[in-house]
Amino acid sequence: MSSAKPDASPPARRLPLHWLGIVPFAAFVTLFLILPTMKIVVGAFQTPDGSFTLDNIRGLFTPSILAAYWISIKISIASALLGCLIGFAMASAIVFGGLPKGIRGPLLTFSGVASNFAGVPLAFAFLATLGPVGILTVFLRSNFGFDLRMLGFNLLSFWGLTITYLFFQIPLMILIITPALDGLKREWREAAEILGATGPQYWRMVAFPILLPSLLGTLALLFANAFGAVATAIALTGSSLSIVPILLFAQIRGDVLGNPHLGYALAFGMIVVTGIANAIYIWLRARSERWLK
Amino acid sequence: MSFLSLTSLKKSFGPVQVVHDFNMDIEKGEFVSFLGPSGCGKTTVLRMIAGFETPTSGKIVINGRDQNSLKPNQRNIGMVFQAYALFPNMNVQDNVAFGLKVAGVDKSEIEARVKQMLGLIKLEHLADRFPYQLSGGQQQRVALARAIAVKPQVLLLDEPLSALDAKIRVSLREEIRQIQQQLGITTVFVTHDQEEALSISDRIVVMNAGRADQIGTPFEIYNTPSTRFVASFVGTLNIIEGKVTDPASGSVTIGNQQVALKDPIAGMKGGDSISLALRPEAGSIAEGAKGDTALAGEVVSTSFLGSVIRTRLRVGGDVISFDMFNNPGVTPPVSGDNVTLRFAAKDLLVIRE
Amino acid sequence: MKKIWAWGALLFSLLYFTLPLIGMTNFSLKMRRGEYSFDAYGKVFTDPRFQETFTYSVMQALFTIVFGVLLVVPTAYWVRLKLPRLRPVIEFITLLPLVIPAIVIVFGYIRLYNTSSWLPLTGTVTGTNILLMFGYATLALPYMYRAVDTGLRTIDVATLTEAAQSLGAGWATILAKIILPNVLVAVLSGAFLTFAIVIGEFTMAALLNRPAFGPYMQLLGANRAYEPAALAVIAFGITWGCLGLIQLVSRFQKSAPPKA
Ligand SMILES: Nc1ncnc2c1ncn2[C@@H]1O[C@H](COP(=O)(O)OP(=O)(O)OP(=O)(O)O)[C@@H](O)[C@H]1O
Ligand SMILES: [Mg+2]
Repeated sequence: MSSAKPDASPPARRLPLHWLGIVPFAAFVTLFLILPTMKIVVGAFQTPDGSFTLDNIRGLFTPSILAAYWISIKISIASALLGCLIGFAMASAIVFGGLPKGIRGPLLTFSGVASNFAGVPLAFAFLATLGPVGILTVFLRSNFGFDLRMLGFNLLSFWGLTITYLFFQIPLMILIITPALDGLKREWREAAEILGATGPQYWRMVAFPILLPSLLGTLALLFANAFGAVATAIALTGSSLSIVPILLFAQIRGDVLGNPHLGYALAFGMIVVTGIANAIYIWLRARSERWLK
Repeated sequence: MSFLSLTSLKKSFGPVQVVHDFNMDIEKGEFVSFLGPSGCGKTTVLRMIAGFETPTSGKIVINGRDQNSLKPNQRNIGMVFQAYALFPNMNVQDNVAFGLKVAGVDKSEIEARVKQMLGLIKLEHLADRFPYQLSGGQQQRVALARAIAVKPQVLLLDEPLSALDAKIRVSLREEIRQIQQQLGITTVFVTHDQEEALSISDRIVVMNAGRADQIGTPFEIYNTPSTRFVASFVGTLNIIEGKVTDPASGSVTIGNQQVALKDPIAGMKGGDSISLALRPEAGSIAEGAKGDTALAGEVVSTSFLGSVIRTRLRVGGDVISFDMFNNPGVTPPVSGDNVTLRFAAKDLLVIRE
Repeated sequence: MKKIWAWGALLFSLLYFTLPLIGMTNFSLKMRRGEYSFDAYGKVFTDPRFQETFTYSVMQALFTIVFGVLLVVPTAYWVRLKLPRLRPVIEFITLLPLVIPAIVIVFGYIRLYNTSSWLPLTGTVTGTNILLMFGYATLALPYMYRAVDTGLRTIDVATLTEAAQSLGAGWATILAKIILPNVLVAVLSGAFLTFAIVIGEFTMAALLNRPAFGPYMQLLGANRAYEPAALAVIAFGITWGCLGLIQLVSRFQKSAPPKA
């Protein structure tokens, strides 16, 4: 008998309602992440009465604003690169350096703490150390006659901020790269070695290319981390050092630039810079990661 | 003078000695397997040959040259690891070319050599794939090609097949053996699978707790195990405990049955305990089976393994198993049956500890 | 030779990381001329503004954590269970706050939710407080989502859900009684990290004009000498405490028998 019974027919299709489950999340990120960002982007191209203009963007190209961007970018690149480099050295010291096993745990815990110890208190800590009456400044001056000030060192400067930012950049790098170093299999090293490779050859041809995606990702993250840092800079410098986040902060507070919509453009510029940094990262990563799924 | 010789090799990790006085001479072109249970020190010996571990004492000589002062990258040894250690960031070609590249070989020569190697492992068509795009068996073949591309003096393989499934394991081990013979490359192969060792080796070293218990051809190892350990680890040899009744005539009591060995038992007296070994394929319970010796027993279980039926039989205080070929015309015994196992007296071996 | 550079790196980091900590501790104890004292701490703790702002930030942190958990846990669970193909998208979105500077986001809030907009959150104190809490939830999103999602990866969401459903449990029951206890350690880790972030946050609170701990610290720093160092020590202690608690709960999970 071949005729199907009525109840053997396929069950009625249910409407796909799965997406309802993420409506709260979607609403939240739309309202408090996407829309605010869009507002800035759109505002950067609008006159106060809402028509399209490029004047705001053009307004960014004044020497003082450009200089602010430039020093921000320099500090961010320097602290990201140095953070990567030093963090990498320390992570490899932990993983391969043959240090006592007991050091690893405390060092990683400390990295977790230090990478979150940013903002206002960090500035205080550095003022107390490298500021005009900081412990190190005083120590060097009274014991070695070594005056950091006279040598041109100032916390409220490119190097001052970079050194300060490194306090959270290095630990962040350590936290991200240590698992990646752990992921380098011993067999890879041994296979390279037994095939005749020297240590540097192994690093250049095997380990480094494998680590590159994580390195690039961390670099981009550290860059954005430094570029957006407001609190440390303000607490450290008041508003005497003109970097972009401080400028924007002052503009939002009191329209120091004398043009409300220039603030949009300034913020838009920040998005563009971190956006470019991440685009470079994604592009490089795609190139360096063909061997991954 | 042998090609690779290991002399009084010892290795301790801290207070624990894992390799005790290991001696072995391997001829050029020979295929030697290290066979032993997990943790017996096979890998450690292999890693000492490769230079990854420094012997606590002893000597490793390859082709007349003492290796002790050489680093791994100076030894010109090929190695294949258990977990496919292919470089994940390089495709098949680049993996195979790696050793040649670091040696500074000409580009054109590298290309030719890589092609030849890929031909050898029959993977020319996958030259551009990355390791994650290969099956386990393919990865291990690439690892083999990478190891032999540099024309190493010695090839070391550390359980290269243990992560693969049964079918590929068999076909790949034959492929390895065939390539090894074709190139005449001196090879040390580590495994804990006795069938694997027996099927592809020129000689086998059976290792037990850091010592070489017996060294011999597969035939010798299987048929005349020299220690109880070798007997039980190689082949599924049955060990039967008995008591000597009369050493001169070779008669032994097993449970309440008497059997006579082929030869007198030297160095023992009446009443001594004795261990005997019987290979599973040496006996038969068929009607009219040949054999001058018989043991009666009760069937404990039968398992059907395809071409072979394995029956476990209680004899005295021991359970022994024996195999017979499958025969659709004969019904296998079932548990509880009382049967008589017949075999030749010469197959009952005396095992000394 | 290998060890030398490793020890060198360790020594350098020891110097670099302990000096500021020593510096601030030393400074915080030097308020009284010529001797060490806890005067600066006494000043800080008795300052009513300190108590006010600290309480305010703690409350903000607690609300942010509750809101974040209620938002993230069901979402991450649902995405794993029913919308696995959306995971990369969601993950990307949750990482955005690491890339878009907080100052830009809060600037957007100010312009989007001002008194003349369709949702005038900044028009009232409560509205601004809520807006700030949402801002903190946004900042904490990358950490919270990652923690919870990693926690969910270690359990078999689908099987647990089916088992619970076959016993007649509804969604709320499944989430509260099955999923949450299983990812509790991950949620707690995310919560402590959120706390550490919120408690000292400056930019958003300052620009929304809320009396939070971060702006208070900055203000004090601009006007006083020794109290800021004491505040830095306190803030460092809080951060250490939060991270220490994360370690503690994850160790607790490792030693506790896994719950089915
Ligand atoms: N680096 C090491 N430090 C301390 N002990 C070690 C080290 N390497 C190996 N051992 C110990 O030495 C013994 C022999 O190890 P080895 O790896 O040689 O065994 P194996 O025969 O290869 O075993 P398997 O079949 O499991 O691979 C083991 O008990 C192991 O625990
Ligand atoms: Mg091994």
